[in-house]
Amino acid sequence: MATDLRIDYYPTHEQEGIKFRRGHVLPFGATMVPNGINFSIYSSEAIDCTLVLFERGEDAPFAEIRFPEEFRTGNVYSMIVFDLDYERLEYGYRMDGPFNPEQGSRFDKSIILSDPYAKAIGGRDSWLAEPNWDNIYPYRSRLVFEDFDWENDHPLETPIEDLVIYEMHVRGFTKHPSSEVKNPGTFAAIRSKIAYLKELGINCVELMPIYEFDEWENSKENPVTGGLIVNFWGYSTVNFFSPKAGYAATGKFGMQVDELKTLVKELHKNGIEVMLDVVFNHTAEGDHRGHTISFRGIDNKTYYMLTPEGYYFNFSGTGNTLNCNNPVVRNMVLDCLRYWASDYHIDGFRFDLAAILGRDQNGAPLSNPPLLESLAYDPILAKCKLVAEAWDAGGLYQVGSFPAYGRWAEWNGKYRDSIRKFLKGDEGLIHEIAQCIQGWPDLYQYRGPTASINFISCHDGFTLYDIFAYNEKHNDANGENNNDGGNDNHSWNCGVEGETDDAFINQLRHKQIKNALSILMVSQGVPMILSGDEAGVTKYGNNNTYCHDNELNWMDWSLLEKNSDIYYFTQRILRFRRGHPVLRSKTHLQHRDYVGSGYPDISFHGTQAWQPDFASSSRCLAFMLDGAHAKSGTIIDDSIYVAMNSHYDALFYELPALPNGQRWHLAVNTDMPSGQDIYDISKEPLLEDQSRFLVGGRATVILVGK
Amino acid sequence: MAFKIETVIEEQTARMTLHGELDSLSARVFMTEIEKLSGQPIEVLVLDMEDLDFMSSAGLRVLIFSKQKIGTHLAIYIVKPQELIVDTLEKTGLHHSVTIVDQYPV
Repeated sequence: MATDLRIDYYPTHEQEGIKFRRGHVLPFGATMVPNGINFSIYSSEAIDCTLVLFERGEDAPFAEIRFPEEFRTGNVYSMIVFDLDYERLEYGYRMDGPFNPEQGSRFDKSIILSDPYAKAIGGRDSWLAEPNWDNIYPYRSRLVFEDFDWENDHPLETPIEDLVIYEMHVRGFTKHPSSEVKNPGTFAAIRSKIAYLKELGINCVELMPIYEFDEWENSKENPVTGGLIVNFWGYSTVNFFSPKAGYAATGKFGMQVDELKTLVKELHKNGIEVMLDVVFNHTAEGDHRGHTISFRGIDNKTYYMLTPEGYYFNFSGTGNTLNCNNPVVRNMVLDCLRYWASDYHIDGFRFDLAAILGRDQNGAPLSNPPLLESLAYDPILAKCKLVAEAWDAGGLYQVGSFPAYGRWAEWNGKYRDSIRKFLKGDEGLIHEIAQCIQGWPDLYQYRGPTASINFISCHDGFTLYDIFAYNEKHNDANGENNNDGGNDNHSWNCGVEGETDDAFINQLRHKQIKNALSILMVSQGVPMILSGDEAGVTKYGNNNTYCHDNELNWMDWSLLEKNSDIYYFTQRILRFRRGHPVLRSKTHLQHRDYVGSGYPDISFHGTQAWQPDFASSSRCLAFMLDGAHAKSGTIIDDSIYVAMNSHYDALFYELPALPNGQRWHLAVNTDMPSGQDIYDISKEPLLEDQSRFLVGGRATVILVGK
Repeated sequence: MAFKIETVIEEQTARMTLHGELDSLSARVFMTEIEKLSGQPIEVLVLDMEDLDFMSSAGLRVLIFSKQKIGTHLAIYIVKPQELIVDTLEKTGLHHSVTIVDQYPV
């Protein structure tokens, strides 16, 4: 043994040749120390705790070491064990205590429990590789090394108003054979598509859950194909600190951490931020009938919201609800996000069903939720984007009212619904559309437009193509008799339900997609697009594909060619947004001229200039952004005029006059065929008639004044 | 096949020839050899892997450790690695930290 070790790194105890001593209570989890590993775990009610050690992959443990009573400090058990092989080690715990469900206690020392603070989990190392169902310890805690070479990388800190978010599923993005990558469906494969993402023009990928989950959870036969239904989306966390090994080509070598970090580093090198979709509202342990994996057996009453009878509150719709405003759980969430921000250089987080994070331990909404406040003011997370899905399955809907502390943005579900309804031709929406394109100041008066994450489609619901191809959901393949998934899709099939050879309908669908993308990209706030929408992908009307590891979720890259007009348009409209800072204001527009240009920063118009029609029967709205007010008047940009017509008839729109000899040029006209529907910046043709423009039925026109 | 390693140092170049299977246990042997270079004015580390049949994640970690121990200025050349080893280096991004060659000197 080395002689230069501190005296407290020498063992004091020995059991069957394994040497150990009292450990450090912090940090929780397993940490490498000189010659050993420090294990530390919390339980408020356990009366006894045993550390269980396995050689990697072995059926039976090679040692079980009970924590001597003097190794417990308060409610924390800690121990240093010496001379363990970090690489080959898997560990867990047995916790003894009362089994009294009515009182909320569910200890069972026969079960080996995963460490909530484990940094990697073994057992699901390769996607859908059938596990040993008789394994006495299926989700095994492992250690990871912290020696990754980040070079000079750090989070990009791109101003949020400049982001274009691309919501992506790691496996779904490249698993389809048409992706033509090595190691399809993995972190490594995304790396090989970075050039594509850059060419598309997005600058932030939001990864659907990558925390370790079990794809086998609730697996069953697909009633349509006879194949297997699995947990594909991954909204069911097994461990919050561990990346999903099955998403790594090197997961079977235990190198998923390196592979994910390399992906983040490479994306950063290319100017693309990485945001994680994190699921802190529930865990994979389910309700009282579910498997005990970790939290339930360690400290059920601390980690979960329980009814007075000891059952699980189900605000998540998945069986249990994490007790996020318990101080211990709150600290775990903070520790977790700090770890991802510091060790993985993650740029931001989108919180699934985030309204739950604002409920107290009995489920009531809090006026000042400690967790949300802690996250907002945390020094390590200070530059991270924080985005809430501001509702939950328990009926709490907080879009516009989510406790923000000046930090939080929200998935704006009202934006999605309003734009969809407008595009299908519903009346009475002009006021809402005016709010949409401004970053919804009525909702976010004091928070600015960047509080609004604008989207029209996301993983949950129809794809952008399906919004214009289906009136109803078609979820039979999910095995739930089409009862799952939302019924409020606000979609319109353009005349035929599903696929059709009708050229007129297909043309209209493409036009509607371009309308949607155009409005999204000229709206103040932060746009988000769903991976694959740029290729016009379809899920054949299934609006809840959480369980399909097949073509319903795998992006079909051949569609880029089939729907090349959509891809071309998407790329160009993203470029248009990037090229016009007047579209990306950090603060709300003021409807007045504060730079002396003679024009207000934004003005609304209808078929008559300066006369918007907010009547309930109206389907027309136009607006003009004055280029002299770009970025609060700090930058001179072109002026932009947008005319939206969701009426089925073409209508003339009178154009507002431009100052100082400037003239209107055509940037976008979705009524025109590909090649004439969008023009590159500086190549926009001059309008012959500067006084009015005929906007086609169900079409969008964008002009630039310069 | 048991792991073996031979080291030859010529001026500022250390050349190690690796044989057999580099798993988590033999990685310690490899690491000990690397540690011996610490403090020496080594600029180039050549790892001849033509006869290395397998390298575990522990072996890969030693590559990272080499730069940390000897310095980021260290140029690492990996000579004729097996396809499986190259594949793992690429998937994890470690290929950016080394140069893979068919022979050294190149």
